[in-house]
Amino acid sequence: MNRLVPLLAFAALAAVPFIPFGREGGYVLLLVSRVMVFALAAISLDLLLGGGGMVSFGHAAYLAIGAYAVAILDANDVSEAWAVLAAALGAAALFAAGTGAVALRTRGVNFIMITLAFAQMVYFAAGSLAAYGGDDGYSLIARTELFGWPVLKGRGFYATAFVLLLAGYLLCRMLVASRFGRVLRAIRQNRQRVQAMGFNPFTVQLTAMVIAGMLCAVAGVLLANLSEFASPAYATWQRSGDLLIMVILGGAGSLHGALLGAAFVVLLEEALGRLTEHWRLIFGPLLVLSVLYFRGGLAGIGAKRD
Amino acid sequence: MTLLVVQALNGVQLGLLLFLIAAGLTLVFGVMDFINLAHGVQYMLGAYLGVAFAGLTGSFWLGLLLASVVAGVTGIALERLVFRHLYGRSHLDQVLATFGVILTLNEAVRVLWGTAPLQMPMPDALSGSFQLMEGLRYPVYRVALIVAGLLVAVGLAWAVNCTRAGMLIRAGASNAAMVSALGVDIGRLFTLVFGIGAMLAGFAGVMAAPLVSVEPSMGDNLLILAFVVIVIGGVGAIRGAFVAALMVGLVDTLGRTMVTDAFKAALGASAAARVGPAVASMLIYLVMAAVLAIRPAGLFPAARDA
Amino acid sequence: MFGKLLGALALAAATVASAQAQPVKVGVVTTLSGPAATLGQQLRDGFALGIEKLGGKLGGMPVDATVLDDELKPDVAVTKVRGLLESGKADIVVGPIFSNILQAIFKPVTESGAILISPNAGPSTYAGRACAKNFFVTSYQNDQPHAVSGQYAQDSGYKRLFLLAPNYQAGRDALAGVKSKFKGEIVGEEYVPLTQMDFQSEIAKIAAAKPDAVYAFMPGGLGIALVKQYRQAGLANIPFLSAFTVDESTLPAQGDAAIGFYSGASWAPNMDNAANKTFVAAFEAKYGYVPGSYAAYAYDTAMLLDAAVKKAGGVADKAKLAAAIETADFASTRGAFKFGVNHYPVQDFYLVQVVKRADGKYQTETRKKVFTADIDPYAAQCKMN
Repeated sequence: MNRLVPLLAFAALAAVPFIPFGREGGYVLLLVSRVMVFALAAISLDLLLGGGGMVSFGHAAYLAIGAYAVAILDANDVSEAWAVLAAALGAAALFAAGTGAVALRTRGVNFIMITLAFAQMVYFAAGSLAAYGGDDGYSLIARTELFGWPVLKGRGFYATAFVLLLAGYLLCRMLVASRFGRVLRAIRQNRQRVQAMGFNPFTVQLTAMVIAGMLCAVAGVLLANLSEFASPAYATWQRSGDLLIMVILGGAGSLHGALLGAAFVVLLEEALGRLTEHWRLIFGPLLVLSVLYFRGGLAGIGAKRD
Repeated sequence: MTLLVVQALNGVQLGLLLFLIAAGLTLVFGVMDFINLAHGVQYMLGAYLGVAFAGLTGSFWLGLLLASVVAGVTGIALERLVFRHLYGRSHLDQVLATFGVILTLNEAVRVLWGTAPLQMPMPDALSGSFQLMEGLRYPVYRVALIVAGLLVAVGLAWAVNCTRAGMLIRAGASNAAMVSALGVDIGRLFTLVFGIGAMLAGFAGVMAAPLVSVEPSMGDNLLILAFVVIVIGGVGAIRGAFVAALMVGLVDTLGRTMVTDAFKAALGASAAARVGPAVASMLIYLVMAAVLAIRPAGLFPAARDA
Repeated sequence: MFGKLLGALALAAATVASAQAQPVKVGVVTTLSGPAATLGQQLRDGFALGIEKLGGKLGGMPVDATVLDDELKPDVAVTKVRGLLESGKADIVVGPIFSNILQAIFKPVTESGAILISPNAGPSTYAGRACAKNFFVTSYQNDQPHAVSGQYAQDSGYKRLFLLAPNYQAGRDALAGVKSKFKGEIVGEEYVPLTQMDFQSEIAKIAAAKPDAVYAFMPGGLGIALVKQYRQAGLANIPFLSAFTVDESTLPAQGDAAIGFYSGASWAPNMDNAANKTFVAAFEAKYGYVPGSYAAYAYDTAMLLDAAVKKAGGVADKAKLAAAIETADFASTRGAFKFGVNHYPVQDFYLVQVVKRADGKYQTETRKKVFTADIDPYAAQCKMN
């Protein structure tokens, strides 16, 4: 089950561009591209949440960091992927290391709130970047290119996002299965014991935060390219909440659950939105029911209960 | 100097309003270890019910009474239907379920009352004002708000510290299983606490309604502020919530007064106009981060043996 | 919100769609989520009323309209709008309310060749060098309504002005607009967070500064809170000038507190012309609330499109349609209507004042014409080619 579901999910994503959807084909690709961008962000959050029990309520900050790396370089006529990625990853790593060092002093709900606080600071800071549109946001002049090759245009975006999502997923899976991942989970269960075994829980958790932040920044780079726009709105606490919802709904800790959660949220919003303007009246109760009746989230459906 | 005193008074008043909202949140969190994101919509619901009942009865006071009661009953109904099934579950499940409740109630209010903001007139008895400084009058209503905040604070402190139910609440907060084993109907106790929390939120909503805009989602940002308050104060502590609410109110109000002026001296007027407001917006988050960095469990953490 | 027809249009469009071959496909992008939905609804209602008045047709051709909720999230708006364009469902895009959404959808729409008409947001970005052939604004350039109050304060001989705005780009632009016309002393300039609900701190500062007048740009819930608290603090003897702070979208919640307060606008419900009288009466009868400028400009947009489609003989040739829009002659709720070189309106601006009507509802009424045939300050930089 743990292998079959992700395999099927990625196979479905790979197949989408080849299915004829008729006139709405372009829109379907756009929507699924959006699913993949948020799935990458959600998977990186799940590394913290499911792997390390660290409930970050400020993960959207990294979306904005990635997006603004694209925007700021774009304004300076740089759209080369390596430069953009280096900037996005570097900034995300720095931010994660700096804020993580403070946040990891706290536990439980205090950790939730302190990560939120740092994300709010990113939100207000992005809004005061007058040179890059301030609150109005920044419209990209050109999409990011790889050695002058437009890898993020049209179907190229879909392919690139797919490859990055797959790579991100496999990386997280490897990390979770590795000794690093086992230590991370062990810290969650028994901190003292891990310490006694000679590991430094703080370093391990901080490393996880840095990796997750960098991965989410990649999603931010993709989001900026997908909408050709960078906006402080990417860092709002509501957006961080959306990411949390995707992970929890999908089933925290399974990684592919985050993918299912992202797909479910993006596509269901779209489908319900077509039905009625008041789609939240259906979506809200669905969330409540899913918590009450599907323990373990979407990834847990059909899986063995433990 | 007069201005500074006036601003301090304003800060105290904002702080007491925050306390009204945060008190219920911290009670529920402290006793049930339950993250209730829906607390903000309960505040909104109170405001809407207040407008509706005041309109029906033609009296602000009857509106206040009925709205508080109905808000409390709604809280109890939500607790019975949904929340009580989630007490033993992870915080993540609680976040997801209460988020679903937020979506549902926000949208339900839009369907019932429309999106246009509503008006709540002040009660005649409190609509007067008195001279505070030259050219500035202070509405009697705000004095009433301060008094109400203080009364609730004193009342809660008395109820928690000097009554049997309060003793059980304190005992439940530090060890629910033990209280239950001693033959106390912990379920009833939890329902009671939840109802009081919801009633306080609803009461705060009605009290705030004549001052602010009664509109959908009006509780969302306030929820975040309330969480900031209870985290700074130390989760579960009424005293902590009181101190932290006053602190946040004062920091926010005085910060807006002084930060830009301070930057003006350092950076010059035009740069200050840009940086000052951004920093003033971040200020309470900076304070929270600083408090948590120094005291990771908040100012007055409740004792908990778990 | 995809594929959802305007309620009012559904019937009319369906009945005629079979009779004629190619309908005019219009995408309406507006905000229908969160507190700002009250403005988005006015846009949608105003446009729907216009189409209904035209018998469900634009220039004699049936209309196929799709309403999209941008949720006030730029990336959501882009996704939905691009989807609409790529599935061939939009010859014309009408919207949005907010400038940041417009910035996000501007490139996708204009580059697709479709016509983009903003019935509300009029940022400086596209008024100057970045003006575009297939982009039109039917409201105003964002600076103009603010400049009205600056000019009025100057004309009234006020010496000391206190300024208030939210801390975001539009807020800073607004105060710059006021300062461009007011030459006296600025005794206070306050920027508050967009989520603020208590203005006691600012109100105390105003009282301490003792200005001749206050200028506030506080849209939506901010304005509701500010106006109530300003009145409660006994400051109402200081003239209150504003834009988008006391208008028909906020007045029902402000009530008596806003009576007598001033605003700058190019339209008000009391404007004395036949088109406006028809519009206001029909709007109130159908939707049960007093329309604001958001609805009036959207209604104007429908009338403009009707005239332009008629003149161009259809929507297939977008260049011809754009040319027809430039010079379209229609009965605007503002009386005469004319575009400038940058496709932003050249129009009169008024000082308007809040009054309570005989039926107990509130509206703004024109008091004094402040600018005549005003051209925005960026138009000169626009080289349309």
